Amino acid sequence: MAASTAPSVDLSAALVLAPPTAAEWLVVLPVAWCLTLGALLVMMRRNIGLHPAITIVGLTGLVGIDALLLLEIMRNGPMTMVMGRWLPPFGIAFTADLTGALFALVAALVALAAGIFSIADINDSGRRYGFYPLLMVLMAGVSGAFLTGDIFNLYVWFEVLLISSFGLLVLGSEHEQIDGTVKYGFLNLVATTLFLVATGYLYAIFGTLNMADIARKAEGLRSSAPLMTLAGLYTLAFGMKAAAFPVNFWLPASYHTPRVVVSALFAGLLTKVGIYALIRVMVMLFPVEREEMSLLLAVAGSLTMIVGVLGALAQSDFRRLLGFLVIAGIGSILAGIAVGGPGGIGGAIFYALHSMLVMTALYFASGIAMRLGASASIVTLAGLYRRHVGFAALSLMLCFAVSGLPPFSGFWPKVMLVKAALDIGAWWLAAVLLLAGFLTTIATGRLFLLAYWRDGAAAVGETAPLPASTLGPLAALTLLTLVLGLYPEPLLATIQEAAAGLADPSAYGESVFPEGWPQ
Amino acid sequence: MEAWFALLVGVFFTVAVYLMLSKFIIRVLLGVAVLGNAVNLLIFTGGRLTREVPPVIAGDAEVLAGPAANALPQALILTAIVISFSFFAFLLVLSWRAYDDLETDNTDEMRVAEPMNEPAPPLGY
Repeated sequence: MAASTAPSVDLSAALVLAPPTAAEWLVVLPVAWCLTLGALLVMMRRNIGLHPAITIVGLTGLVGIDALLLLEIMRNGPMTMVMGRWLPPFGIAFTADLTGALFALVAALVALAAGIFSIADINDSGRRYGFYPLLMVLMAGVSGAFLTGDIFNLYVWFEVLLISSFGLLVLGSEHEQIDGTVKYGFLNLVATTLFLVATGYLYAIFGTLNMADIARKAEGLRSSAPLMTLAGLYTLAFGMKAAAFPVNFWLPASYHTPRVVVSALFAGLLTKVGIYALIRVMVMLFPVEREEMSLLLAVAGSLTMIVGVLGALAQSDFRRLLGFLVIAGIGSILAGIAVGGPGGIGGAIFYALHSMLVMTALYFASGIAMRLGASASIVTLAGLYRRHVGFAALSLMLCFAVSGLPPFSGFWPKVMLVKAALDIGAWWLAAVLLLAGFLTTIATGRLFLLAYWRDGAAAVGETAPLPASTLGPLAALTLLTLVLGLYPEPLLATIQEAAAGLADPSAYGESVFPEGWPQ
Repeated sequence: MEAWFALLVGVFFTVAVYLMLSKFIIRVLLGVAVLGNAVNLLIFTGGRLTREVPPVIAGDAEVLAGPAANALPQALILTAIVISFSFFAFLLVLSWRAYDDLETDNTDEMRVAEPMNEPAPPLGY
């Protein structure tokens, strides 16, 4: 278009004319970086020997980018970059605040650990089928979901991570995996379609898809628009994504079927993206509706916890037991969202970040146990302690962490959640939280007793050496939970600030609309 | 015209939910396809329904002269169509493969990942 033919239109009203600063690029860089590397790996599909090295370097870069982004946000507040220079609410905005950046950083750490673990876990056929490109595209979807500031864009990133998760889940094409993928695929597709339904209504009501714009307009429309219906639809859609009771049964059906590293990635990332979206929508966009739905959320959270721990107690398969523990963790986070306030929301965010690290590490441990004991069933697994003392010690620490015992990272969010529940007088919710922690201790304690402590046929073998690429990521994640448990102050302070930013999104809005809200 | 569209969307959702409650994968798959179209129509209706008025701005004007079709829902639907079509294709291949490998398309009989009579965990040792 020649500029001389349209002189009368003032572009500054609709376009950002100043070039973005270097810091602003950090907001989109995680997504762009992952997509570029994913494309590069696809182009190198005949050269699969190089895939792991490129992926690990790429994921290290992603951790660095996310850490820089978090530092920048801690210093200067939320950051926004708009696509194609179109100003919101017309253009799609990527907006990163503390919550999004924290989740993105922990997700990148988990992915890096999984990338290293995959060296020993993914064989040549897995590489040929594209494990590494799918992993990078999955990370692009996850990072995009955490950093976008536009609700339809959130839907698109959900789909990106969903299609790559399908690919990762069927990797290997065993009967069990196909069965698991059928259930995972159909139920997750229904959940994302519900999300799209809610987004269609949202657009019909608000006429905008930008989250900052919606947060501002919700107040004025509260008396006339069916916002409760919208909030209910979003809760159902994201609850299904996060495997909350009663829409959780796809998770134990599918999470134990793929390769160990894929299970670990999914346990760390996918349900947490659903939880993040729920926090973002319910706390930031519809705070009044969240307040009204708090009893429903609390009951759903309690039942999720109870179903999770009882399911874990009833399982004899190591990985299926862990699948139920993922569900129990989701219940605790839902309880935090239901309670609300800085304690509840802060506790929910902390619990989610802790759960990402610990569940991934526990799935790694299950993979190593299966390698050492040649079985996944705790009926036949025995004597792992004899075979590898260091591994058994790391596993015991993770069992403590997932049960919420000190001095590990699970302790603090549990304290925050119980205290927040007691502060608003929901003593029964606090009781359920403590009961779930107690039953988790029994489930993991029995796991440790049977699979590690008990003497058995498997114990006769010699001490088996483990490759450093499997033990390393496990040890690193366990160390991280220990450090976060012993010295939680910096993270706690950041999380309190993140929760405050969600409760009062004025800084978020100012970063999207620096000129003031449009009329 | 919105009322008729709303009714049509309702019919689509009913058909989709009915099909998805079946235990045979192929019917669930058809339900998913209908569901995708139901949502697309819903977004379309949620925008603005106007017949035969293209949103074209005249050469000497800066804004639209009158009410016209809203272009944004159509862009959203276009995205949703592409995504739902690719998912449908994936699930179709997956269902065929499941039928081929597991030799059933009845979800009640698909219990490879979750066997019916699994042993309970030992109570002691």
